[in-house]
Amino acid sequence: MAVSTSPPADLSAALVIEPVAAADWLVILPVAWCLAFGALLVMLRRPIGLHPFIAVAGLAGLVVIDGLLLQQVIASGPMTMVMGRWLPPFGIAFTVDLTGALFALAASIVALAGGIYSLADINDSGRRYGFYPFLMLLMAGVSGAFLTGDIFNLYVWFEVLLISSFGLIVLGSEREQIDGAVKYGFLNLVATTLFLIATGYLYASFGTLNMADIARKAEGLRGTAPLMTLTALFVLAFGMKAAAFPVNFWLPASYHTPRVVVSALFAGLLTKVGIYALIRVTVMLLPLEREELSFVMAAVGALTMLVGVFGALAQSDFRRMLGYLVISGIGSILAGVAVGGPGGIGGAIFYALHSMLVMTALYFASGVAAKLGGSFSLLSLAGLYRRHVGFAAISLMLAFAVSGLPPFSGFWPKVMLVKAALDIGAWWLAAALLVTGFLTTIATGRFFLLAYWRDAAEGRGATAEAQIPAAILLPLAALTVLTLTIGLYPERLLSTIQNAAAGLSEPSSYLNSVFPGAAR
Amino acid sequence: MRSVIFRAVAPFLTSLMVLFSIFVLLRGHNEPGGGFIGGLIAVSALAIYGIACGVETVRRAIYFHPMAIAGAGLFAATIAGLISVAARVPFMTGLWVYPSLFGVEVPLSTVMLFDCGVYLVVVGAISSIALSLEERGGE
Repeated sequence: MAVSTSPPADLSAALVIEPVAAADWLVILPVAWCLAFGALLVMLRRPIGLHPFIAVAGLAGLVVIDGLLLQQVIASGPMTMVMGRWLPPFGIAFTVDLTGALFALAASIVALAGGIYSLADINDSGRRYGFYPFLMLLMAGVSGAFLTGDIFNLYVWFEVLLISSFGLIVLGSEREQIDGAVKYGFLNLVATTLFLIATGYLYASFGTLNMADIARKAEGLRGTAPLMTLTALFVLAFGMKAAAFPVNFWLPASYHTPRVVVSALFAGLLTKVGIYALIRVTVMLLPLEREELSFVMAAVGALTMLVGVFGALAQSDFRRMLGYLVISGIGSILAGVAVGGPGGIGGAIFYALHSMLVMTALYFASGVAAKLGGSFSLLSLAGLYRRHVGFAAISLMLAFAVSGLPPFSGFWPKVMLVKAALDIGAWWLAAALLVTGFLTTIATGRFFLLAYWRDAAEGRGATAEAQIPAAILLPLAALTVLTLTIGLYPERLLSTIQNAAAGLSEPSSYLNSVFPGAAR
Repeated sequence: MRSVIFRAVAPFLTSLMVLFSIFVLLRGHNEPGGGFIGGLIAVSALAIYGIACGVETVRRAIYFHPMAIAGAGLFAATIAGLISVAARVPFMTGLWVYPSLFGVEVPLSTVMLFDCGVYLVVVGAISSIALSLEERGGE
């Protein structure tokens, strides 16, 4: 890297403080917005009837803010705002590059869909438990994690979203939910502790927590600091968060217990935050160590894919099967991170964005199936096609999308990943990707055959057309249309993602945004 | 714990401690103290009152639900950060005004608003836990 790494860097340019332009506020606004709405909802305890409307309005606003932020970043490159006018690397920097902005936008779309779906899924008692405040605070944590440019701050946002997710997962306090929450909570706390230990080691070796500063200094410290140990710890911690094999067992044990909308949000948001952090740390901060670890990560990725999809094949519960498909998707993303290069990283980012939208929609679909068929289990779920043809069509499209078949959003990242794997000669990784796609098709096809096409048993009266509330059908259909649109017109998104991947592997514009004039 | 002496003293002790907690909150900017420790002192005051006179009395006395207090604190802290939009400086930058009240210059700042927010969050969250634990203990 052609970056100056001598410790007393010339920061004189950064000492000139310009007035903050209004557009720069977009960097921090998603977090502040969600916090303000969350706090407002916590205050309004009595009028719980108002909660859904305030929350949906807040989430719609969040989508707009994140959309503007992405537009701004596309137009003018990475943007930085340092909290409290303390200068980097001492102040906590929020730095948004294309990757962060893309993830934040996808997360806000998922959250808005979840907010609308919840109108029909969360009753008064769920509202009294605080579903909507937790949702807004969860989004504050998720947005903060995607937008921050400080690794300890990243840890803080992980905590924020973890605490909110504890609140969401025990919503209702049923025995099964507490059981799932304990497994989920304990293993996530272990992962967070590992993350914190790794951050402590990192601070001890680098003397800084600012990501741009770490990226600058990594080159000079390679001879003396235990960077491999650090990277391995980070990979383990984030792999656990993302549910990669062999630390994936918390996900199937907990994701089927909460309300459908909560499962959907978790599937769309939480594991993806882990994978985002993994990409950020290994690709941008410690690229050479990532290359050293690439074989391990590729093997873990391939195993995660296969374990996930075999698990999905073995399940007879709709939501449990989806939990395994989430894991299998994480494996594909890991494979992309392991392969590296613009194709691999771009494929990983694309796959993560696709997976956020499609897994959320599939969990919604499982909720609708349970409403129509009265069960999540394949043993009793049947005749859905006759109950609602439109819903069956949407489900089939989503099944195609998650299997990576054209013309849906799952196709392009899969192509990118397979090509990237073949380019570096990792034919076995490409084979694992393709076999996983094939087995996913079988797993979802089996579900479609049994739950949708099989006629319902006698006496269940499942022949009549059923109605689905608009609050459920709208987000489900919107997400499906979105995956179809991405599948049919991927060009703009694809070029943005390629720029995002390039910005991660060659972060000079990111560094320039934090330390103006310090990096060439 | 419901001895006559304790019950007679508790209201005075509580008001004194709440007063002291506000003192600690306000001196926190330049000297040891601040929102977190002040909030903890206020919560211990409420806890003593609850042990002496019952949780229901405390809930009536603080009027708002503890979680609503915590929410108000979080909201105040967020607003304290957002005020810097108007001054065209980054989020959370400390801004000061020095209005003069009855001839005395009173320094007010966004930092103080943030610290008051922390105070309220601590009071709300911890007293919510303490009160429900006391309720369980009384059964």
